[in-house]
Amino acid sequence: MERCRLVLSGSGGQGVITAAILLAEAAVLYEDLTAVQTQAYGAAARGGATRSDVIIADSEINFPKVLQPNVLICLTQEAYNKFSSIIRPGGLLITDTRFVKTQRKVDAIQYELPMYATVMEKIGKPIVFNICMLGVLVRKTALVKPESIMSALKARIPSGFLEMNEKALNIGMELVDTGSR
Amino acid sequence: MNQNIKFIQGNEACAEGAIYAGLDFFAGYPITPSTEIAEHLAARLPQKAGKFIQMEDEIASMCAIIGASLTGHKVLTATSGPGFSLMQEALGYAVMAEIPCVIVNVQRGGPSTGIPTHVSQGDVNQARWGTHGDHAIVTLTASNHQDVFATTVEAFNIAETYRTPVILLFDEVVGHMREKLVIPEPGEIATVERLRTSVAEGVDYHPYLPREDGRLPMSDFGHVHRYNVTGLYHDMWGFPSDNPDVVHGLIRHLVDKIENNVNEIALYKELYLDDADYILISYGSSARSARHVIETLRPRGERIGLLELQTLWPFPADIVREKCRNAKYIVVVEMNMGQIRQAVQMAVDDPDRVFLANRIDGVFITPRDIRKLLRVIVGKGV
Repeated sequence: MERCRLVLSGSGGQGVITAAILLAEAAVLYEDLTAVQTQAYGAAARGGATRSDVIIADSEINFPKVLQPNVLICLTQEAYNKFSSIIRPGGLLITDTRFVKTQRKVDAIQYELPMYATVMEKIGKPIVFNICMLGVLVRKTALVKPESIMSALKARIPSGFLEMNEKALNIGMELVDTGSR
Repeated sequence: MNQNIKFIQGNEACAEGAIYAGLDFFAGYPITPSTEIAEHLAARLPQKAGKFIQMEDEIASMCAIIGASLTGHKVLTATSGPGFSLMQEALGYAVMAEIPCVIVNVQRGGPSTGIPTHVSQGDVNQARWGTHGDHAIVTLTASNHQDVFATTVEAFNIAETYRTPVILLFDEVVGHMREKLVIPEPGEIATVERLRTSVAEGVDYHPYLPREDGRLPMSDFGHVHRYNVTGLYHDMWGFPSDNPDVVHGLIRHLVDKIENNVNEIALYKELYLDDADYILISYGSSARSARHVIETLRPRGERIGLLELQTLWPFPADIVREKCRNAKYIVVVEMNMGQIRQAVQMAVDDPDRVFLANRIDGVFITPRDIRKLLRVIVGKGV
């Protein structure tokens, strides 16, 4: 596989970092891939734009940070404003229509999806917004199988919440399939 | 899924390595970026019938592990720069009284409270000379989680073998980063157990009387033997002495037991050194960026290699000199103002060939930073 460098960004509480860890866990524990996850600590993690970097590959990863992501996800305007310029030319930019108004023209394939709105409409709980975002991501990139995300979730969360998370993951994948762009 | 495969932070890898080595007593005071070590052990040690104590500060933490070690436990504390500064006096006590213990310093930017959540490697010389007086010390480091685990086990082994404090000098990037760790099966990595005295109860035990092989068997403090432990220069009974022969003999012993075994204690990794014109010397997380540069430049025909140091102190000067003998240029890659560069310059035949690629702004050094310096030395095309 081609090495994929991702930056997941948003604001504290949206579950961006949890999503990044789940994605990397899915790759390493359930697909025998190599992954490294890092995150910004400090003032940025308390109200400002949070950011987590993930690299997924099938070979050794040395430098663990992402300077130019192939995939950039921005769940807030602030994150978009701060990070949209670093995307690798031709990369994939995923934003949420409720939180982000895309402004600049960036050299990337842009997907603006109503992830938050759909989760609120169909589930009514913002807590799984990040899992919906993962659904979008795995459907768009095929980096890991959705079942691997579910396996990683199973190992992390109480079983009573699994159904809701699976639903959110499916909502994300369906959003990609229905082609809203 | 193999239960031995983990996807965890470097701090957790360190904690798991300590448990593998037989850790059964931790005392510490949480501080960024080392907190996850305490957090993880607070959960794990009780499962292993070990003790976890959160102390009131780092001075007490260091003293608590010294006491626990004397009573026969394998002990650990974990901190970062400010806490490590507070531990220095008691660290010297552990050197003087020859008490096995392991101290983790997950480095952040200093001096003082510095830049708590950002990376640095500024405590290399503090690890060497932070406590006062002539002494020897062992300091290990690692750049990935498998090595963090293994060097943590090795730290405990060295602490027991040489009856010495061992410092594990990690950094924020390795500590916080998550990557894969495969926990070895029991026995896969050898562990060194406490050498206990064979002197029976009721017979006089001399805590500082070496065996024929020079080693000093210990007796669990508070059990069957009564003996004295002090930070003062002491005789074989452990009682203070100002006899010049005793003082001279003890300081020589404390230094020699480490420095005479520098090659046994030296851990390092090498990459493409056989034909390298340019050698990067690095350690800890910086070595990841150095490795990235080498893996990029080698396919382009650049004769560049890496010497990754895992033992920083005692500095493996002979090994560094030997490995660098045929190199045109040596570039030390580190996140401080040249603390290991200085040691390398003292080690190699021609110190003028030694350059520094560093970063001191709290930002993790990038492959680009290293290549920028290579371009300055070598000229265009690198």
